[in-house]
Amino acid sequence: MKTRAILSVLGEDRVGIVAAVSAALASCGVNIEDIRQTILSGVFSMTMLVTVDEETCPFDRVQAKLAEVANEMGLQITLQREDVFRFMHRI
Amino acid sequence: MLQLTPEEIAETLTMITQQHFDIRTVTLSVSLTGCGADSVEGVAARVYERVVRSAERLVPTCERLAREFGVPIVNTRVAVTPVAEIAPAGAGDLTPIAHTLERAAAAVGIDFIGGFSALMHKGIGAADRALISSLAEALSTTERVCASVSVASTRAGINMDAVLLMAQAVAATAEATASRDGVGCAKLVAFCNIVEDNPFMAGALHGAGEPDACVNVGISGPGVVRAVVQSLPEDADLTRVAEAIKATAFKITRAGELVAREAASRLGVEMGIVDLSLAPTPAEGDSVADIIEAIGVKRCGGPGTTTALALLNDAVKKGGAMGTSSIGGLSGAFIPVSEDAGMSRAAASGALTLEKLEAMTAVCSVGLDMIAIPGDTPVETIAAITSDACAIGVVNGKTTAARIIPVPGKRPGDTAVFGGLLGSAPVMSVSEWAGATLVRRGGRVPAPLASLRN
Repeated sequence: MKTRAILSVLGEDRVGIVAAVSAALASCGVNIEDIRQTILSGVFSMTMLVTVDEETCPFDRVQAKLAEVANEMGLQITLQREDVFRFMHRI
Repeated sequence: MLQLTPEEIAETLTMITQQHFDIRTVTLSVSLTGCGADSVEGVAARVYERVVRSAERLVPTCERLAREFGVPIVNTRVAVTPVAEIAPAGAGDLTPIAHTLERAAAAVGIDFIGGFSALMHKGIGAADRALISSLAEALSTTERVCASVSVASTRAGINMDAVLLMAQAVAATAEATASRDGVGCAKLVAFCNIVEDNPFMAGALHGAGEPDACVNVGISGPGVVRAVVQSLPEDADLTRVAEAIKATAFKITRAGELVAREAASRLGVEMGIVDLSLAPTPAEGDSVADIIEAIGVKRCGGPGTTTALALLNDAVKKGGAMGTSSIGGLSGAFIPVSEDAGMSRAAASGALTLEKLEAMTAVCSVGLDMIAIPGDTPVETIAAITSDACAIGVVNGKTTAARIIPVPGKRPGDTAVFGGLLGSAPVMSVSEWAGATLVRRGGRVPAPLASLRN
């Protein structure tokens, strides 16, 4: 089962955030469909649309892997199914 | 392609991380049809089996859903058929069934189980009497069991005999839990126009018109609504205020709809309803009173409160109605005193009185909720307060309820502490001019005429 999800990353800007997050996703077989990234007053903000292949790596395992990256790099990372946003913001 | 804007994604994340947005409850409603037996023990054994088998996957499923959606699910609960409906003929004490419900709830890891209930709005059966007389013992010896009693309806009028019996049960339950400020009464509620698909406690039960099992979801979000109202300029007119609340209620409800659909699908049961009630918690900022104050009332309970609450309640329903086609349950703002830090503060300052709460009941969901009163309040007065709440529901064709907690040994101005989500509340003063003779007359207040509505 493939699950579309939104990945949000927030934290102090530094070298290697995109690389670390992307590496974690790749190691879980997660495909990146779209990326938007910006820096506002030194705060790094990135939103990704990704597809999680739950047969390769279950959703909670991907979340656990991302939590490791968040801890190591002092970031706030959330991975949520895309439909929760679509339901709340689209009629 | 990312179809959402980063602002929309950030808004949802802010709602969750800073404004207490969550799904308040996922309640699995389970029929006990077929659990009847010749003895209380026989019924209890079947009930245990039914509840545990039906609900064994509820908690892990909800935990998983909360993780995937990133939206907290605060409570997972079970509602069952009113126990009086399946009590064996001639049973005296139904407490063993309450103990069974407690064990089943513990076994599946839920925090509350509702349905230790009796429907007596028209007449009182032997099983109803057995249940009522078991309440004090049942509620003082269990933690998770919730009880509700239907004492009035628009079609049947007010059964004053039931109201008085209920008031006696409230007093007895308070005494039985005197060491904990009468907390047993927090799990006991009297209803007018009881609903069959309410996911919220203490009044959740599985109605006769429901399928074998279904999922009912209660949304939350007072903190989100308050933040939206507060973000408006002070000169924003009331149409804009209503519009902003409506848009927010839509988003909150959609999350509830999504969780309800997914939970039902994964549990292999029907999706029941989404309850559009704004349910406050004692957490600072997660308060319906705070919304009323943000709309522009100096302190909740002051003049203008009923107007602000009516606006709020209606806007939540209008936004919610776009968010789900399965509206049900109570679907109206809750105004519990102890469970809402703003209400509790307003009551302590004297701005919010029992009489004002009664007026507020007319324009929102279950009004006289989690109200601490002096422990020496006469039973007749408790009955009269309850019947006044019922009268509002009967005449206006809406659900009303009374969850009143006489706090043993405490006087007006003292504080009752119930703990956790039940919160704490100042003991409110009660009028000494109650209609004791009125309630002692007994019988039924006839059902009202449904036309000539002034």
